[in-house]
Amino acid sequence: MASTETNGEKMLEVSNPTHSKTTGLPRKRFYRARAHSNPLSDSHFPVPISPSQFDCTLQYPQFLKSDSSKKIEFADIGCGFGGLLISLSTLFPDKLMIGMELRDKVTEYVKERILALRASNPGQYENVSVVRTNSMKYIPNYFEKGQLTKMFFLFPDPHFKEKNHRRRVISPHLLDEYAFVLRAGGIIYTITDVEELGVWMKSCLEGHPLFEALSEDELEADPVVKLLSTATEEGQKVERNEGQTFRAVYRRIASSLPR
Amino acid sequence: MEDNHMEESEHKLETEVAPALIAVHPDQVSVSVSVGSDLRVFSLRDGSRVKLVDETGGHKDSIRAIRYSRSGRLFVSGGDDKLVKVWDTNSWRCIYSAVSEKRVTSLAISGDGMFVCFADKFGVVYVVDIGDHNSENPAPVNKKAVPILSHYCSIITRLEFSPDGKYIITADRDFKIRVTVFPKEPLNGAHEIQTFCLGHTEFVSCLAFISCQDYAQGLLVSGSGDSTVRLWDYASGCLLDTCDVGAKAGLLHSNQRQEEVLPAITDLCATSDGSLVAVAVQSLPGIMLLGCNFSARTLSVVKVVSVKGETFIPTSIGAAPSVPLLWLVMGASSLQSNDSALLARVRAVSGFTANTSETTEPETSVLEDTEIPGGEPLLQALQGKLSIGEEAFSTAAEAVKTAMRNLLIKKQYSAERRELRKRGRNDKKNQSPA
Repeated sequence: MASTETNGEKMLEVSNPTHSKTTGLPRKRFYRARAHSNPLSDSHFPVPISPSQFDCTLQYPQFLKSDSSKKIEFADIGCGFGGLLISLSTLFPDKLMIGMELRDKVTEYVKERILALRASNPGQYENVSVVRTNSMKYIPNYFEKGQLTKMFFLFPDPHFKEKNHRRRVISPHLLDEYAFVLRAGGIIYTITDVEELGVWMKSCLEGHPLFEALSEDELEADPVVKLLSTATEEGQKVERNEGQTFRAVYRRIASSLPR
Repeated sequence: MEDNHMEESEHKLETEVAPALIAVHPDQVSVSVSVGSDLRVFSLRDGSRVKLVDETGGHKDSIRAIRYSRSGRLFVSGGDDKLVKVWDTNSWRCIYSAVSEKRVTSLAISGDGMFVCFADKFGVVYVVDIGDHNSENPAPVNKKAVPILSHYCSIITRLEFSPDGKYIITADRDFKIRVTVFPKEPLNGAHEIQTFCLGHTEFVSCLAFISCQDYAQGLLVSGSGDSTVRLWDYASGCLLDTCDVGAKAGLLHSNQRQEEVLPAITDLCATSDGSLVAVAVQSLPGIMLLGCNFSARTLSVVKVVSVKGETFIPTSIGAAPSVPLLWLVMGASSLQSNDSALLARVRAVSGFTANTSETTEPETSVLEDTEIPGGEPLLQALQGKLSIGEEAFSTAAEAVKTAMRNLLIKKQYSAERRELRKRGRNDKKNQSPA
């Protein structure tokens, strides 16, 4: 934490060696990380005991000064280098949003990126933040029941081997937890360039009693849908290679289970 | 690296030690004790040890969970051999045996006796539709277990149905208690999470319900490795009170080494009216009784019931709702220093019942062996022998404590060791230092 702050100060003087001299943004080559991180291993970073102990004022100091009652509504799970968050930040300036990423160097990069953007665009990007965590284990530690209105799972690890399918971030049992933190009407966005994973994610969502697919018209009308393939670093890579993407966008519905 | 190898294999041996468990028939018709792979049942009605009938040959490895159904008609057992066995308590015949993919850590039977749930070491909960089994028709059940919910790769330590049958409650080593709606058709999965009860700062080791007349749904109490017992409104996830049992039991000594962890709560048992909760704590020779004040929604220490004469630290406790008697067992499987390997010692505490007066302490006493229902035949059957050397107690207490810690507490590696491991990674080897 301390290092982030000193970096932030340095950055204002445009002397930070890890930041670009012209844009003030952090440069990725200093934040290289392995492409994958094992979600099953024991975590050794601090996790809030419960959502009430997750201190948002550290994440959104400026934003919460004017309206301290606001809660996080969007979560980008496995946000990577944060491309989507940055686009969403200006598209929804009055919503709080957070990226969750397991790889600590990548998280550091996104942190720096947000600080740099806040510094060079005063008043903007105050509604976006990032946290290093294992979202597959700790989602309920960060969000209350029905707190979120949008969740994003963009280009997640495909985990091809069958024995590793339980490491996939979309799975029937994890969807129960996502349904818990999403309010009725909330939307879950998934996209991948791996057909096998696309089919898997769609079938998980299709088979879940608490989710229903958005209609073509609704997809067309939602400005966020377009960002899925264009805003993220992974999406841009796929576009450059003229690859195919597979999308599944579902809505959290109120319980229809007989009780 | 040699050292690390040694360390890890040593850990492995210790985690194999399983605590002895006790379960009491809801009408105290029988009492069951498991130690290692041994399942011992004593019928108080017949005054003799029950012969279990199981064509598949019983358990092959340490049993980790045993319990009776609410009606007492069924009994389940499961453990490290990845087997779940359902027994008819009339004939004590195994009517169902399921093979789990992973080791079984916890079990529960739905209130109506229709469904058996079990949790495996990877955090997946399975359900089996036992159907309306009755003793007249002891046909073996032939159904497959279906996964219904999961804690993401966290060991599930306890599994309970709420008293009203609406919820299934799971506790795990990641400090979580999850309350899930138990659906009408559980075979399709339990997808609707009611809430999470979050507040414990270490693994959650045990759960119990307390009910009272003006609050039919009852409240939940949980015990944890953080040495506290907490009181919850489990439908809302609201933490009502925290009782710091470790501190109150005087088990925290200032001369303890820094790395010494808090004594974990190992088991809980509530009287049927919920006014008293018995708590088993590591390092406490005896049990602690907590009182629950329903109107104030608080938990407070009533008294400590000490067991004199031997270092008796219960590993599991149980009681029949209709009988004011608390049963305790202390024991462990495969103690290396002990040739006879299995230790089980059964004790009982009388006066475990509703607190009639607010001001006076409940009249409790630890029963002498001769006063225990069933007497010596029961002790012979459940303990395997009548006299046990004092040394075995301290060995067992230490072994069970270490095993629990190794199983449930996350290993903390030093910063240097983590750095060393990182440097040894293949993708770093070729990188020149910056």
